[in-house]
Amino acid sequence: MIYLELILGFLKVGCFSFGGAYGAIPLIRDVVMRYGWLTEEGLSYMIAVSESTPGPIMVNLATYVGSSQAGFWGAVLATFAVVLPSFAVILLITVLLKRAVNNSFFQAALGGVKPCVIGIVLATGIYMVFKNCLSAGSLPEGIKAAAVTLALAAAMGGYKVIFKKKLSPIMLIVLGGVLGIVFYS
Amino acid sequence: MMDITVIAESTPGPIAINCATYTGYKQGGIGGAISATAGIVTPSFIVIYLISMFLDNFLEIHLIASCFKGISLAVGLLVLDAAFTMISKMKKKKLPRGIMAVSAAVMLLCNIFGWRVSSVTLMIAAAVFSLAIFLLKGKKGAGTK
Repeated sequence: MIYLELILGFLKVGCFSFGGAYGAIPLIRDVVMRYGWLTEEGLSYMIAVSESTPGPIMVNLATYVGSSQAGFWGAVLATFAVVLPSFAVILLITVLLKRAVNNSFFQAALGGVKPCVIGIVLATGIYMVFKNCLSAGSLPEGIKAAAVTLALAAAMGGYKVIFKKKLSPIMLIVLGGVLGIVFYS
Repeated sequence: MMDITVIAESTPGPIAINCATYTGYKQGGIGGAISATAGIVTPSFIVIYLISMFLDNFLEIHLIASCFKGISLAVGLLVLDAAFTMISKMKKKKLPRGIMAVSAAVMLLCNIFGWRVSSVTLMIAAAVFSLAIFLLKGKKGAGTK
């Protein structure tokens, strides 16, 4: 039953999405790959689309996966499921447990969760970058991918050195697209 | 009045949605919370839903497919860069750094060898570990703010 799977999968994402926008990506990756909803490539595409459109990445991905798996109602249910946990938690805290967030035991547990999420994001980033280059199909393809990756990394680094601020994600995506057209077509 | 950003950082979900729910509740009770949350989700829902109907067709065009190939390489770097940003904002103490390093190592090994350890399991383990350290060390332990 795809509707039920979508609800369960995205409830899980919604319950454990600590650590901001990119904190949710490894979790979403877990869920969509386990159910076979997206390939590694498809996930990258959707992260790029989410980054270039308004709204939090996790909500965007829920809408997209829901829609591609089960049409309009799939999109509605997946989006609802991903938002529900944070909605319920905030409501519960504001209405009933005003002091719960300052509870020292809770903060102690959270003090473990946050760095853990950072570690998971780091591992996911490293894995994605290397997998793109190492499993590109053939050796020339792999070298191409590595070259584009290096060029993009150099652009990020160079921009930061020259302008003393970060290259915006959207600019990096545009640059990636341009290099993709140059190298692959 | 509590600081909403503290709440948002201590609870799951994107900050924008947390703030909408909180403000909605403060202004109009449960109904306000529901409408504010629905209000902040709806625009991105519509945009992504429309995109989802056309993306697969777009990807059949060779030029766009190669464009997206380059983009997917950029996304890997974006995730990596997000991780570095998070690390630089992290508390510079031994315990969080240790947890971060161990989590990264475990997750990387899982990815490489295809072990099915979910990130949720890892997060719960980290929470339990940090709580245990806190209880052992007493209130001045490393887990507190």
